[in-house]
Formats: sequence, structure tokens, C-alpha cells
Amino acid sequence: MFVINCPYCGERDQSEFSCGGEAHIVRPKQPTELSDDEWAEYLFMRKNIKGVQFERWNHAHGCRKWFNMVRDTSNDKIHAVYKMGEKPPVI
Amino acid sequence: MKNKYSIFSLIKNAFSQHENWKQAWGNPEPKKEYEAVIVGGGGHGLATAYYLAKKHNMKNIAVLEKGWIGGGNTGRNTTIIRSNYLWDASAGLYDHALKIWENLSQELNYNIMFSQRGVMNLAHNLQDVRDLKRRTHANRLNDIDAVWLDTKQVKEFCPIINISQDIRYPVLGGTLQRRAGTARHDAVAWGYARGADAMGVDIIQNCEVTGIKRNGDQVEGLDTTKGFIKTKKIGVVAAGHSSVIANMAGLKLPLESKPLQALVSEPVKPIIDTVVMSNAVHAYVSQSDKGELVIGAGTDAYISYTQRGSHDVVEGTLKAILELYPIFSRMKMLRQWGGIVDICPDASPIISKTNIKGLYFNCGWGTGGFKATPGSGDLFAHTIANDEPHKLNAAFNLNRFVSGDLVDEHGAAAVAH
Repeated sequence: MFVINCPYCGERDQSEFSCGGEAHIVRPKQPTELSDDEWAEYLFMRKNIKGVQFERWNHAHGCRKWFNMVRDTSNDKIHAVYKMGEKPPVI
Repeated sequence: MKNKYSIFSLIKNAFSQHENWKQAWGNPEPKKEYEAVIVGGGGHGLATAYYLAKKHNMKNIAVLEKGWIGGGNTGRNTTIIRSNYLWDASAGLYDHALKIWENLSQELNYNIMFSQRGVMNLAHNLQDVRDLKRRTHANRLNDIDAVWLDTKQVKEFCPIINISQDIRYPVLGGTLQRRAGTARHDAVAWGYARGADAMGVDIIQNCEVTGIKRNGDQVEGLDTTKGFIKTKKIGVVAAGHSSVIANMAGLKLPLESKPLQALVSEPVKPIIDTVVMSNAVHAYVSQSDKGELVIGAGTDAYISYTQRGSHDVVEGTLKAILELYPIFSRMKMLRQWGGIVDICPDASPIISKTNIKGLYFNCGWGTGGFKATPGSGDLFAHTIANDEPHKLNAAFNLNRFVSGDLVDEHGAAAVAH
């Protein structure tokens, strides 16, 4: 459990948020042309990093807005929070 | 076996104040090369090594463990064993394990304290009732003992449950698997380690894998903190850290690792003689032989390798426990801990070859792997030795995420995640 600095609301308990998993997985532009392997890669395969990870979060019990976060999964330390559409910071 | 445990060895050692017991397994340095190397010295990994040596005659093998054996999820789970899963493939897998559990103490000459005290799964709403009834029917078609209990029968089977219909999630009934129960988790790791060691398996502790060496699409060996080890077959059984090892080989797995918590209370006299689980309110409880209540909580809803878990998750679980068992309201909790579980999108495990020759994965057990330990080891050993799956684990291959032939067991997982 930790405190997240929501880019819209400020610091709130992590329990107010829900995690949307790995960030920057781009939705296929032409889904009809995807092979089964490419679908599996898009839908299921994850880096599941132990260390610095880019992920999506939603302030579910607050402003309900989505945003991105850079967090170290080995110690839950948050390195950066940035809005959807913004360029990911270099960590 | 070198030193058979029996009533006579117990009496003999009592005369020397139990100071002359021999070490149950050795502490060797790694050899330069092995026929197969198992990564991960938990119950599943040690069982895999045991069955590779016993049933497939592979004696030149090693188990590498980065910490100490059984110090990961094997020693952190709530020790529940059951096989009442919905789908045929899962029923085959988990009941295979349950049948091995029933004779495991005798086979290993090691008391794993297997206790078939029954596992009861509670229903709290109409959908639970329908789902659980459907599951009992599916179980019985697969020769797995399962019965439906109405609210009164639930109370008879576990008298301390609060069946008031005025609580937030009233008990509307439940299922019972009488062959299910618990076992002593550490003893399972120790028993398999002793058995594997006696057949010549090297159990190497404090040895972390840092890299996997490949030549094209064939594995050649492992870099470890104790040097390079050459091998043509690597079986990875690293639970929450499976993705970390997979990334070393350039593979991605369909897993997310999350902390799952458990806690125990102060010890009290026998009060609950079975295991009661509730998927809907996220709580399960049993009592250890020492008298502690063993309580399982939920996972944190984000990826983390911290082995801690959040306070609010424990709080939610204890609220549910107190509503179901008001008698526990003044008990104190003694210890709390977390383990990192690797969760698959379909809540079923992966026991599979990969597209890299000689690299095998046994992972994705998520929140409920302990129950499958002996079966998982047996089937993974078969897969590694024959380079193809046994018919009982054929459905649990990695390719199911490409073909779409998933084994959706979210409903039968211990608690919803």
C-alpha cells in the first residue's frame, strides 16, 4: 500500500485507485489482419517486470480518470506520474 | 533410503537427546554439468526432481534455489488441498494430485501431516448457489466427491458459523469435499528434498539464476551466482518470479505477479475442525495443529514483488471473517506475511514446453498452487523427461493463449481476484 499523486486530485491512498496493468501496449490498428500469435501477444503476453515498470492507473474512487505511472515493482516506489497522451519520462 | 524414519529410530535417538539425527539432505557445490536443472526449490520444484529421479531414472540433476528450500510460497501458503474444480482438464489435474497426497507420507517416509478434514465453500447470493451447485454436478461427473449443503447443514458441519440471514452476505448454503483438507507445507518440501537427495539429486541452496544461455533455439546452460552450469534441459518452477526467468531467455509469459497475504492468530484450543472458504467475501479459515487460525486474504490488485501486501486487504478479509464467525471478535492476530503469486489470465496453471528447445515452464499457479504440488511435480517431470506433456497436463500448455482454448477456472479459484 502506498500513496499515489493523482495528476488531477493530488495525493490519495492507493486503495482509491485501480491498476490497469502494463502501459503503452498499442491497440492493433488493423485487428482483422492480425495472426493468432499477434493476438496472443497483444491480449495476454506481459513483461511483468521486477523493477521499473510503466503502468496505467485509474482513480476509481475519485475523479475516475486514467493516467500513467512509473513504479518500481520490487519496492513499490513511484518514480513519476503523467497524464494519458503525455510522453513517458526517461527513468 | 539411507536413514529410514520409524518408531525404532525415534526411540534410538531419544537416548541421545535427539542430537545425533543425520542431515536429511546434503549441501553440495554445483557440478559443471547436469542432465537437467530445476530452477526453484519449492514444493513443485523438489517434487519435479524427485519424480525425474524416481520414475524417469534421471539421477544427474540439480535443483537451484536462490534462498532456502521451501522459503518461498511453499512456506507461505494456507496449506489447503482440494480438487473440486469445474472443468474436466482441471479436475483431472487436481484430483491426480489429491490421489498422490493420500499416500505421500508413506511414500516419502516423512510425515507431511496430511489431514482430510474437508473443505467447505460457502455461497452468499443466488448466483453463488447456482455456480456452486453446477460445480458439484461437474465434480461428480468427474468422480470427485462433492455435495451441496443447505444453510442448516452448513451450520451442522461447522457450528461456529453465523447463519443469521440479516448479515450483509448471509450463508445460503455451500459445497463440501470431504477428501479435501490440509497438509504441513514445510514438511512437503522437506520430504521431497530428502527423497530426491537420497536418489542422488543435488539440492543447491543460495544459488540464484542470473542468466540463461542459448545456442539458437536450444538451451545450453545457466549463469548462476555459483558460476555457469551446463545443461540441455531446464525446468523453471519459480512461481512469482517465473517472468523474471523467462525474460532472461527472451520469452514473455501471460503472467502478472501480485502479493497474496495470509495471517495467523494467537493459538487457541480446537474450535474449527475443517476448512471453510468463501469466494464472495474473500475469506478463508482453518486451524493449524498448533491452534492458530490460518487465514487467507486476497491479492493486491497491482503487480508487485514486495512480499508484503497491503493493510486494507487484510482489513477487508478480517471484517468478513468476523461477520461469519463473531466468536473470533476478541482474538489477536500474531503474524502476517505475503508471497508473490503468478496469475494467469484464465486462473489455470501452465505446465508446458516452450518454443525454446530444452526450456520448460511450470508456472501460473496463482493463488492456489500448494494443493497440486505432488501432481504438478509428477506431470512436469513427465513433460521434461519425454519432451512432451502427459495427457493430464496437455491442456495446460502455453499455446492455449494463442489457440484460445483457455481453461477458465476463475469460479473455482480460492478467492476471486
